[in-house]
Order: sequence, then C-alpha cells, then structure tokens
Amino acid sequence: MDPFIEIKNLVKDFYGRGLLNRRKLAVRAVDRVSFDIHRNTVFGLVGESGCGKTTLVRSILYLDPPTSGEIRIDGTSLGNLSSHQLRSFRKRMQIVFQDPNSALNPKMRIEDSLAEGLVNRRFPAAERDRRIKRLLDLVGIATTHRSRFPHEFSGGQKQRIVIARALCMEPDFLVLDEPVSNLDVSIQAQIINLLLDLKKELALTYLFISHDLNLVGYFSDRLAVMYQGRLVELASADEIMRNPCHPYTRKLFSSMPGKNTAIGEAEDDDENANLESSDGKIAALSAACCTYADECPIGDRQCKTDEPELMEIADGHRIACFKA
Amino acid sequence: MTAGAAANKYLLDIQDLDVDFEQQRGLAQALRGVDIRLQTGETHALVGESGSGKTVTSMCIMGLLAMPPGRVNRGKIIFQKRDLLQLNENERRKVRGKDIGMIFQEPGKYLNPAYKIGEQITESLILHLKMKKKAATENALDLLNLVGLGKNRRVLKSYPHELSGGMKQRAMIAMAIACHPALLIADEPTTALDVTLQLQILRLLLKLKEKFAMGILFISHDLGVVKEIADRISVIYAGKIIESATKSQLFENPLHPYTKLLLLSIPDATKRGERLRAIPGTVPDAEDVPPGCSFHPRCPLAEDECRDAIPPDIDYGDGHQAACFLIGRKWIHS
Repeated sequence: MDPFIEIKNLVKDFYGRGLLNRRKLAVRAVDRVSFDIHRNTVFGLVGESGCGKTTLVRSILYLDPPTSGEIRIDGTSLGNLSSHQLRSFRKRMQIVFQDPNSALNPKMRIEDSLAEGLVNRRFPAAERDRRIKRLLDLVGIATTHRSRFPHEFSGGQKQRIVIARALCMEPDFLVLDEPVSNLDVSIQAQIINLLLDLKKELALTYLFISHDLNLVGYFSDRLAVMYQGRLVELASADEIMRNPCHPYTRKLFSSMPGKNTAIGEAEDDDENANLESSDGKIAALSAACCTYADECPIGDRQCKTDEPELMEIADGHRIACFKA
Repeated sequence: MTAGAAANKYLLDIQDLDVDFEQQRGLAQALRGVDIRLQTGETHALVGESGSGKTVTSMCIMGLLAMPPGRVNRGKIIFQKRDLLQLNENERRKVRGKDIGMIFQEPGKYLNPAYKIGEQITESLILHLKMKKKAATENALDLLNLVGLGKNRRVLKSYPHELSGGMKQRAMIAMAIACHPALLIADEPTTALDVTLQLQILRLLLKLKEKFAMGILFISHDLGVVKEIADRISVIYAGKIIESATKSQLFENPLHPYTKLLLLSIPDATKRGERLRAIPGTVPDAEDVPPGCSFHPRCPLAEDECRDAIPPDIDYGDGHQAACFLIGRKWIHS
C-alpha cells in the first residue's frame, strides 16, 4: 500500500537581503527531510525549539511553500496544484495550534469561528448547522454553549473547540503542533484521550509535534527526531524509546524528566555546552558535515568532513550517523 | 511544639497563610490556609496546576504581592525566626534579594532589557553587600563561572537579548544567588526551556544548593521534573496543600486521590494503546472554590462528608500529611 503522505527531500530556505538587494541564503531551516506517514497512524516529531519542526509542518501544509522537494498527500503532489486547487485541497489537511487562547478570535462567538471555513466553502446554512452540532458533540462541548465567546470557556474547553474547528472541513490529515503543552496537567490527559478517540472514529492521520518525550512516546506510532533542520533518527516509537541509536537521540532521551537516572550522574561535559546558542549556528547548516559533530561525544574527523545520510540499520529504523 | 521551637527547626515556616484578591468579579480566594515547612539544605517542591496558588505563595514570601488588590487575612511566614509579614517595606527590602533569592519562569521577561547583564548582577552586590563597583564586577565574573557561563567578560557586557534562553536563565540564577541567600525560590525555572537544557539547569540548582547550603522552594506543575530534584513535595490544589510527603512516599504511596490521579494521568510509552486515566472536570476558579473538600466535584470517590466539611490535615506517619476523609477507607485502583 502506498503511504498516505510522502515527503521527499524537503528543503526550506529563508533568505536575507544582500548587496544590491540580491537574495542571500540566510538560513536553511529544513534540510532534505524525507519521510512517509501511513494512513490512520500517528507520526511524532521531536526536537528542541528552533530545530525546524514548525517550519517543516508549515511547508507540508503549503502555508509556506517549500524551496524544493516534493509533498504527496494521498497520491496528489501539492507542488503541481494551482493555488485554486490547493485551496480546495487544503480542506483535507488542518492544523491544531499550541495555544488555544490565541488561536480563537476573542470577538467571535464559537459557532461563528467554527462556521468560518464552511461559509468560505459555500456550505448551505442547514449543513453548517448540522456539522457544528455534530462536532461540538464529538469534542464534548454542550451544544447549548455554541453562541458563547471564547473567554467563557476554560483552556481545555478552548482546545476542544480548536480541535472541533479543525475537523469542520472533515479533513483526513491533522497536524497537532504541541496541542496540550499549554494546558494543565490534569486536563492534558482528557485532550489526549479525545484525540485518540477522534482518530479511531474519523480515521484520521496525525502529525504530532511535541517536546514532551513521555507524551510523544505514548501517542505516536512512528517517531522522527529532528536536529538543526535534519532528521537524525526515524523509527517506530517503541524502537526509539527502547533502543535510541543516534547520539543526539540518546542525549535527548536521557534528559527526559522522570527517568530518575540522569541527574545523579556527575556529568560535567555539558557544563558549558550551551554557551554557543543553537540559533547562532544555523547559518552554517548547508556545510557538508554532521550538524551534531561539534557536540557529539563519539564524533571524529569524518563527521566534520562528510555528511551522514539517513541509513536503514534495522527494519524501519533509520539513523543519520557514521558511528552508531 | 511551640512556635519558637518550630522556627528554630525550619528555615521557612509558612503557617495557615490565607490570601484573598478583591476583584470586580468578586472575592478570589487565592490561598486558603497554606502550610509549608522547609529545612535548610532541603529542596521542597510545590506542585500544582495553574491558578492553584503556587505563584501567589512565592510572591507572598518575597513580599512582592500588590496590596491591594491582594490581602493577607491570616497566617505567618516565619523565615530565620522572623515573621516576614510583620516587617515593614524597608526591612523587607533588606531580606529580598539578600537572604531570599528568586528565579522566575521566563528569564526573558524578568531580566531588564535596557541594562547589561553585568549591571543587573552587580546591582544587588552593591546594594546589599556594599561592594565597590570593581569588586562587584570581579564577583559577578565568579558567579558567571559558577553558573556555567565561564569567566566571561563578554557576557557581562551583553544585553539580555544577545543571550540564548539557557544563558539568560543561568544569568538570572547568578543574580539570584549573588548574595548567597539562605533560601532560593525557583518558580518554574525550567518550563520555558528545552528538555536538554532543563536537565542542565536542574543539575546546576542542585550543585548550588550543596555549595551554599541553601533551601530551595521549587515551584512546578511538572511531576517529572519534580521527581528529579525534590526531597520533599507539597501538592497544592485550589489554594490549599492537600498532600505533603517525601519524594519516595509521594510517588510510591500517594494518599490523596488527586495526587494518585495526577500520577496515573502521566502518559508513558509503556501504556500505548490504553486510554489515559484522565481527571474529569476542570480546576476550580479562585472566585468559586467548591465548599467542603475543594476536589470533591472531580473526585471519583467523593461522599456526602466531602461535600460538607473541609478535611483536616492529618499526619499518616513519617511526616506524610494529607487532607482527605477517605484515606484508608476507599481507594482508586490503577
């Protein structure tokens, strides 16, 4: 079976302005990223802030078209679509943002927020009404509250409404950009359960971004680790949690809070490690070397002159490292 | 035990602290009788959800609460044998930043963008320890070294926006410990940071605690982080401590249903495919705290008793305290 979503060699550059207003490559935010997502699965994406996660998903949704590379969703290559076709294709892919407080217009009643997309696509009023009712039911908001304003809801309820809005166009692909990190601990589990139920009921496919490694490990089927614009490891979530191979993944997972192992170790290696902030180094990205070479505990000269490619080391487990 | 003897034993002894906010919408009961005891050299974590009163507690200790609209109805904050709430502003100022240091959640927000890092670190040295500017600068360099930024004059001459998030947090820690405080309040110091940085900052805090024999009041909503760093944990819900125990007691044998449910709701890769055990309902508003046990509307075990009366704080041995009528009678099974 063909994968539902295929990403091939996706690159996203941001340009600055050079002499005489010539375009000058400033940052390569996403660097040759390729992966597939199968239908009705959850693909998790982890990485530190600034590593390009959000740029990647914006490119995938064609909100910021990628510089090069191909995105195929259900066999359709997004790059070949005209802007008009893209617009109608977009109803199949939606995004849920991190902060429900800023994702909803405070001056709009929630029924109007929910209806906005439907109005744009010229759905008749009766159909709009039917869908809104059904969605509010689905996410567990009383339909009697539909004419309220966002401030009358709690954070968890607002996130439910944002999810309902994303589902309005009946998409089959949903990007979840840190959907619970702004919510209270006791509410997070409610939203995660809701997302799992919706996935089953509506046969959704998720691309899930989070920095909470416990959560990503629980929620995802496959997991990709991103570092400075490149994927460094890609495998099933089980496999990565059990057997992380790339040195960066290992570092990331050993710093997982609650593991109770890492803090006792008297490690002084990272004492001054963050002196160079990672944002300062991004510009050097396109150089042919492993981006993690400077910080890597097992790196050698080869890592600084050659670039490791994502290689399969076991069934479905790919890493970009010479040494592991 | 008399109050005097208790004050000798504890570095910080908060007794029955009750704080309201007068608002247009009505009275917000931010704290409803909070008790926290912290010993020298102890990391005491205060865990709770947003709006439960964590930050109000720390602001009260620092004396940074705006009054009005805030109002302290009862309670004592005994620090080094003195009740901080009885001090006047001048005396408070001598304690704040000198004997009690504080680290905030978002370093970017709490560093002054218009002053260089060096000026901000030396400020308290010059003010509290009456150092000369040159000596203070040398001292600031040592502090930077201590927090892992190296003896770096360049950092001293930087403005906050020139530093990365982790560096800013380290600089703020340097400011907080500049006068070697006896108590360090860390209000969600790692929430805004990446996981890898988070661990470095936690390690740094532990290292500094040993070095200066400080007590740390560590405020967080993240039980995973707390598990890494705390000796003792108090769980706060709707302005009241509902359970207080050592780390191992709390994680291995939680007594309050809320604590138990919080621990059960943490996702974990080993539970994939199972539904998470979510706590129904939402955190109560401070304007509308439920009568009786404030957790009863969300508690699966609640009985009539829980709706009518506030459960007392009872010690279940070895300093493990919890406030619930049903302990020993009913329990949530995982």
